[in-house]
Amino acid sequence: MQMIKNKKKDIALSVRNLTVELNGQKIIENVSFELKRGETMVVLGPNGAGKSTLLKALLNIIPYTGEVEWSIENLSYLPPKELMERKEILPLTVGDFYSLKQIGKKKAYESLKSVGLEPEVYMRRVAHLSTGQFQRLLIAWALVDDPDTLLFDEPTSGIDIGGTETIYSLLHNFWQKSNMTIILVTHDLSVVWEHADNVLCLNKRGICYGTPMEALTTKNLKELYGVGVKYYKHAR
Amino acid sequence: MILSEKLILALAMTTAIGAVAGYLGTLMLSKRMSLVGGPLGHLTLPGITLALIYGFDVSIGAFLVLILAIILIWVFEKRTKLPLETLTAIVFSSSVAVAFLFLPHEEIEIALIGDISQLSLATTLVSLLISAAVFLLVNKIYKRIVFIAVSEDLAKSEEIDVDKYNLIYLFAVALVIGLGIRIVGSLLTAAIVSIPAATSKNLSVNMRQYAYGGAVAGGLAAIAGIVVYSLFPIPAGPAIIISSAVLFLLSMIFRRKT
Repeated sequence: MQMIKNKKKDIALSVRNLTVELNGQKIIENVSFELKRGETMVVLGPNGAGKSTLLKALLNIIPYTGEVEWSIENLSYLPPKELMERKEILPLTVGDFYSLKQIGKKKAYESLKSVGLEPEVYMRRVAHLSTGQFQRLLIAWALVDDPDTLLFDEPTSGIDIGGTETIYSLLHNFWQKSNMTIILVTHDLSVVWEHADNVLCLNKRGICYGTPMEALTTKNLKELYGVGVKYYKHAR
Repeated sequence: MILSEKLILALAMTTAIGAVAGYLGTLMLSKRMSLVGGPLGHLTLPGITLALIYGFDVSIGAFLVLILAIILIWVFEKRTKLPLETLTAIVFSSSVAVAFLFLPHEEIEIALIGDISQLSLATTLVSLLISAAVFLLVNKIYKRIVFIAVSEDLAKSEEIDVDKYNLIYLFAVALVIGLGIRIVGSLLTAAIVSIPAATSKNLSVNMRQYAYGGAVAGGLAAIAGIVVYSLFPIPAGPAIIISSAVLFLLSMIFRRKT
């Protein structure tokens, strides 16, 4: 981790005084942070803290005030919960799912293989995949265009997607290979210790920002969640 | 001879409209908008009434009123911030009420359940051409609309112009409703878009089968409806919808789960 910081100092994302107001209510207020290329930042906060809203503002798909400056080539966004809820609306096969991104069979096969899925899955209905297979598919699908940046909105927390691998560890493998910049939204504190370079604690306003060691103090966690939180620091 | 010519024209027109309505219906189902065909069909009633009174084409009247209603709903939404479904309910129920102030008593059945007994070659050809154009338009936007239906935010993040595609899609819906009222009247338009799509969903295992299956189910229902109409003293509109419902029931028996 330290090596990357030394090699690449350039900034992938710079956010200053970001405020999001929806229906007359401030969802996010005056949030500022910077993210370096190749870093993984976890956005942490309780339910309703504005974490998903932050991602949508960063993607410029909802109105906001303040400044959001990207310096990247190719971004991919993944909202697994929403996709999980809507996977049965149509008889979509895995192949159809790739075709929405205009990805052909050959590239889709390679993409499936990269997350440990068999090529036969290509013909299967998305709705008929197991939860683990579906989560793997989503990772593969999000990364099929070789993005340099991934915005990942709250996957099913720490779910075992086969063996002892979780969606986070699978993602971490890709990060190690391709040096992607990743923003992960979660309310799962353990993910921060295992996968984050930096953490942004959000509860409508930015409560803390920095490395997990700097940011996740007992005081900050209490302010973030409103109650005392006990946690264990994991070795990375 | 004249009767058989009329029947051929009716068969050609209803099959084309049924097929394109079924095809578009698969998109409406994916966006959970199947029932929207109902209020939109009812909205057309003042246009149909004017067309019947002044002797111009009912589809033209229906389409103009639909456009006017969509603009009205849009203006009301901007001014009041009320939910779209509330405003749609206000506009569609008001337009039905207004239509009944002027609708000649003897034309009520035609307005409500359609009439294909007096088709001309020109009307049929125009309907076929518009159906074909809408089919191509829907085909062009199909995958984009599916993407938007799966996740609008995701589609936006992939730089898909969601507003543009939704507008084209709504325009296609307005055209299909305008065409649909020719064969099933203003009362039954929801059925020509929703039932074939549901039938197709039961029988298909991928997106391609689902999309074209909607067209096939819509076309078959139209053919079966016209056959029933030619053999029995039943209006064509209800005959088409009942045929479509029978196809749906059959599809439940042969439903594919893989």
